[in-house]
Amino acid sequence: MTPPIGTVPRLATPAEEGLAAKPTSLWTDTRRNILRQRVAQVGLLLLGTLLAIAITAPIIATHNPDDTSGIDEGLVTAGLLGPCVHLLGCPADRPEHFFGIDRNGRDEYSRVVYGARVSLLVGVATVSFAIVLGTLLGSIAGYAGGWLDNLIMRLMDVLLAFPSLILAIAMVTVLGPGLLNATFAIGIVAIPVYARVMRASVLSIKERDFVVASRALGESSRGILLRRILPNALTPLIVVGTLGIAGAILDVAALSFLGLGAQPPLAEWGSMIGLDRNQLFSAPHLIVVPGIALSLSVLGFNLLGDGLRDALDPRLNR
Amino acid sequence: MLRFVVRRLLLTIPVLFGIVFVVFAIARLLPGDPCVAALQERADAATCAIFNARYGLDEPITTQFWIYLTDLSHGDLGDSIQQGRPVAEILIERLPVTIELTLFALTLATLLGIVLGVVSASRRNSAVDVGTMLGANIGVSTPVFVLGLILIWIFAVLLKDTPFVLPPGGRMTAGVTVVPLAETWGLSELTGPLRSVVDFFSNMNVINALITGQWGPLGDALRHLILPAVALGTIPLSIIARMTRSSLLDVLGQDYVRTARAKGLGERAVVLRHGLRNAILPVVTVIGLSLGGLLAGAVLTESIFGLSGIGKMITDGVTGRDYAVVQGLTLVTAVIYVLVNLVVDVSYAFLDPRIRLQ
Repeated sequence: MTPPIGTVPRLATPAEEGLAAKPTSLWTDTRRNILRQRVAQVGLLLLGTLLAIAITAPIIATHNPDDTSGIDEGLVTAGLLGPCVHLLGCPADRPEHFFGIDRNGRDEYSRVVYGARVSLLVGVATVSFAIVLGTLLGSIAGYAGGWLDNLIMRLMDVLLAFPSLILAIAMVTVLGPGLLNATFAIGIVAIPVYARVMRASVLSIKERDFVVASRALGESSRGILLRRILPNALTPLIVVGTLGIAGAILDVAALSFLGLGAQPPLAEWGSMIGLDRNQLFSAPHLIVVPGIALSLSVLGFNLLGDGLRDALDPRLNR
Repeated sequence: MLRFVVRRLLLTIPVLFGIVFVVFAIARLLPGDPCVAALQERADAATCAIFNARYGLDEPITTQFWIYLTDLSHGDLGDSIQQGRPVAEILIERLPVTIELTLFALTLATLLGIVLGVVSASRRNSAVDVGTMLGANIGVSTPVFVLGLILIWIFAVLLKDTPFVLPPGGRMTAGVTVVPLAETWGLSELTGPLRSVVDFFSNMNVINALITGQWGPLGDALRHLILPAVALGTIPLSIIARMTRSSLLDVLGQDYVRTARAKGLGERAVVLRHGLRNAILPVVTVIGLSLGGLLAGAVLTESIFGLSGIGKMITDGVTGRDYAVVQGLTLVTAVIYVLVNLVVDVSYAFLDPRIRLQ
């Protein structure tokens, strides 16, 4: 809003230029930068909580997530068979169900807690799969060049031309529904992004002096790719990968919501929402609670990804 | 300019060919027997032999691909096993619903996204800015199906007895109908492709009601469209708002903007006339790219709100193991996505002369 006041550039004093300061490593810089970002802090906090919940699920869950004993005679006679929550008339003598119980009499709180494991695992697994294959394809394309580069990258273009979730739906239709197949399909669909990022990095690094020097010293192509190029191409991969986990969690949850991913009785947020969506009018907590859990997890990865991008971008630091 | 357009068109052809190949490959090369998948428990050796012969699955894979290509060139997407009629025919019926929903959501996302982005950028770090960016972060992180269901809960359940109540699904209230265009225009006799075109537009209730002045049904159709469009449009809205903000902030930091301010131009003119005009280009790209997410989101939105567009058709196809339907729609959505982005790229060249000179 306010225009810059002076036009004379402020000259940095020697101390400010850091002449006296000890040189810091890239990782120290990065860590400090990440922690300085409010966005990244919130993201880390959310993800830390999510991870803690996932690890300690057996301890903090009050019930077995698959235990259907919530339905009992007392509820049936009270006319309260089925999903309920305290606000909506769950019996006061059953306070142990924090978030009420679901359609099958299972404890909603415990299912949401266990769901953190599935979503976290699925998000990381999908992106790891896509990063490994994408990095491989991208580095081959970037390093080899020529027709191989063309072939790989045009194939990646074609995969990118599909709305990703729809392509994944088509693949799961053929493979058959299931969490593993859904993860695989979302992973395949995500490959082109990493292939492109990796190829761009390889292209920008492979002509640098230190790579040429390694080659002159007789290092093999594989060695150059693994030891010289890959470490220097990691930064963008980490950023895109973190944001990719957010997308992967969303997409797998969407497939599960449609009944193509996680199968009952597995406590997975997307499939919990999908199976209980018809209870929306009588028991909205069955949608809202796993929905909020899902959003917060995705938000965590999105914020951390944004924060990482800003922290790792040297143009923004100096 | 013409050279740019032609080059861009030529580059699209291999991508389209690749799309056809991938869709074909998914059905034929991935593990899983299409016969077993389609017929389930009825699939035995004898039935499958007939099934495979019927759909040409007993031919060598290259011949199958050739047959597939030939069929496609005739506009033949195969037959739906569930409905026993051509996929293309169902598609023509369903597509208007999806186009209407997607366009409505995209318009909402674009207009609101640009306004919020501009306000955020011009009042950087103000409460509005922080609030918008927080909202945008939450917006991109909330799945369409969660948002859709929560919206239904709020507007159809919690606000049931207030004037803000909105219908939980469907396209029109039972009993309210839009008179088909063919009837309004006295074209009931019309047949053939021209009739299909008329019916196509007729099926977009809002557009039909708007051009024929059926105000009652128009209001009803719009009321039914609000919740699905908000659910579907929130993610692109968030992305567009963020993109507009960051792009505008980049531009506002440039020297010519300082010059504009220095010569005494009002802030509004600086931001809108000088800033936004240059900042809008990356936003246009993002709008084009967000169509992919919109088409995928339409699958979920239509399933939640009970709208019978192509998204519902895909989910029905998936549950009914209707291969041809899923395959055909995957192909069609990808082609739509590619063509729209072709248009976006070409319009980009119109907007920015530097692009076509490259």
